[in-house]
Amino acid sequence: MEIVVCIKRVPASDTTIKIAADGKSIDPAGVKYELNPYDEFAIEQALLIKEQLGAGSVTVVTIGSKDAQKELRDALARGADKAALLTTDQWISDGASTAAALATWIKSQSCDLVLCGRQAIDSDNNQLAPNLATHLGFACITEVNKLELADGKFTAERDIEGAREVVTCPTPAVLSCQKGLNEPRYPNLKGIMAAKKKPLEEAAAELPAAGLEVVSLALPPERAAGKILGDGADSVPALIDALRNEAKVL
Amino acid sequence: MTDPYKALDYLAVDELYTEEERMVRDTIRSWVSERFMPVIEEHNRNATFPTDLIPELGELGVFGSSLEGYGCAGLSSVASGLICQELERGDSGLRSFVSVQGSLCMFPIHAYGSEEIKQKYLPKMATGELIGCFGLTEADFGSNPGGMLTKAVADGDDYILNGSKYWITNGSMAHVAIVWAQCEGTIKGFVIDTDTKGFQGRGIKNKFSLRASDTSELVLEDVRVPKGNMLDVEGLKGPLSCLTQARYGIAFGAIGAAQAAYDEACRYSQIRVQFDKPIARFQLVQNKLVWMANEITKAQLMCWRLGRMKEAGTMKHFHVSMAKRNSCWMALESCRLGRDILGANGITDEYQMMRHMCNLESVITYEGTHDIHGLIIGRELTGEDAIL
Ligand SMILES: Cc1cc2nc3c(=O)[nH]c(=O)nc-3n(C[C@H](O)[C@H](O)[C@H](O)COP(=O)(O)OP(=O)(O)OC[C@H]3O[C@@H](n4cnc5c(N)ncnc54)[C@H](O)[C@@H]3O)c2cc1C
Repeated sequence: MEIVVCIKRVPASDTTIKIAADGKSIDPAGVKYELNPYDEFAIEQALLIKEQLGAGSVTVVTIGSKDAQKELRDALARGADKAALLTTDQWISDGASTAAALATWIKSQSCDLVLCGRQAIDSDNNQLAPNLATHLGFACITEVNKLELADGKFTAERDIEGAREVVTCPTPAVLSCQKGLNEPRYPNLKGIMAAKKKPLEEAAAELPAAGLEVVSLALPPERAAGKILGDGADSVPALIDALRNEAKVL
Repeated sequence: MTDPYKALDYLAVDELYTEEERMVRDTIRSWVSERFMPVIEEHNRNATFPTDLIPELGELGVFGSSLEGYGCAGLSSVASGLICQELERGDSGLRSFVSVQGSLCMFPIHAYGSEEIKQKYLPKMATGELIGCFGLTEADFGSNPGGMLTKAVADGDDYILNGSKYWITNGSMAHVAIVWAQCEGTIKGFVIDTDTKGFQGRGIKNKFSLRASDTSELVLEDVRVPKGNMLDVEGLKGPLSCLTQARYGIAFGAIGAAQAAYDEACRYSQIRVQFDKPIARFQLVQNKLVWMANEITKAQLMCWRLGRMKEAGTMKHFHVSMAKRNSCWMALESCRLGRDILGANGITDEYQMMRHMCNLESVITYEGTHDIHGLIIGRELTGEDAIL
């Protein structure tokens, strides 16, 4: 099975975000980046499927600046076979543009399955999988947290409000991966050494004109300092009182 | 995130490493945060080593990571140094385990073993299926290992070894021991399966330091070793060449312990309030943090340079002595300063500080004490040997 995994370089979840002078983007100075955590599940799943079938290939692709080579190499070190960097210097806020550009590139490849994270933790658009599936004419299952492949057919489980849904679909398909789907492996040191010899192609991203525009970006208000009501069992009544009457959560 | 560790990189030393070296470093760093930090205090308390993590370490490829072939990763010297740094950020016991396995056991087999011995041991040592220990020190011969009493005598196709070794890391858990012995007027090394009759490892109990590490006595009573298991190297230069490798790793490793100390102390100083101010606002506290940051940065640069010299083949043992000596000293001093910043909290194992500090008392002693390394450097500088 030829698998494409869409990944994204995002600001690390523990990095400090500052808003840039234009008031609608983040100031990149001093920001640390990482592979979008949900994409780790997508990469792992692709590798598991390839291992299960004992055949096929895993290609990782991202749209971003040259710096995103790092995240691609990370995926290659874990075991992906090749990587593609669709370059742009733009900060893309329009999920539809991202999906269109990725779809254009994926159509140029042989591909039976596209995997991606359920969402990128920077823009939280949750749009890529259904959008891509529409462009490609593939089946789509989102937020998969259990997946089986037998006789060319996927059986996926997903948590929906108050229930667990089981869905099946044939290939070709686009699946978005949720936490819990698998346990992502660490790249091992031999994998890291091998990664530099694997192909990493670069091409300009074919981004359509954006339909959305970010108007402004603001930091959430600072959280008020916590309150310590006491120590040990004696302070439980005060805690219950505060939860009931101040925080109003009980 | 349970482990909030942030490594200090004051002079952007990161830029001196290759992308791969950073990737190796970051991988080990996350592994330590996610897999090792949650269990270390408990192991330290109980004086046990987390043996269940050994297969994961093997899978990562940290054992003998700079060796070529036989299932080893073949990393650059700097990358393998950075692995030590990240492991020791977790605990010196973890780094010791990996150093002994790679530098003290796999290295001599790789360098001085027959092809048969290499094939037999190295691939399984790379995965961690076989654990090694290195027996050089004896109870009465530490800084002066050349005086060792353990003896090997030829007998047909075998050698028969008698004697004992003391302070041997991994000594009770090892499957294979590299033992150095007096043999036919010189010192020779032997690769011994620890289940051989007459071989025994006995744990040394009640340590204050390197508690999460097996330190043992080895007792050899008429241990029969096939001649083919003798290493092809003569004299003290055999074990010393292994020590050069391990000391190189320690030089990087101790920086990791110092980094952990600095990170914990700096974080603590920003939240601990006395006299209505975070203690970080007091000049005396800042001065301690500055000292630590300063020494960590100098050590990073020294080790980076040492690593590049090792890769270029120009590194000599007396260069390693300077880095080992400097890193261990500054790391231990950093922990002492950090412990002070933590006040009373610093004496409990809710904080890592004192664990690192106690560990470093071993690290500054083993593989050549601080003073012995001073004398090695002094000998190089003056041409006068003050050790003997
Ligand atoms: C936790 C731990 C693990 C260890 N693991 C191993 C292992 O796996 N394998 C192994 O073989 N060994 C191991 N060792 C042993 C270690 O290498 C020795 O402890 C070390 O070499 C010092 O020897 P010593 O303890 O006998 O001290 P000594 O040699 O007795 O030194 C005592 C003091 O005298 C000083 N001194 C000695 N000679 C001189 C001199 N000529 N000039 C000036 N000062 C001098 C020293 O600097 C030191 O301050 C380990 C030790 C520890 C604590």
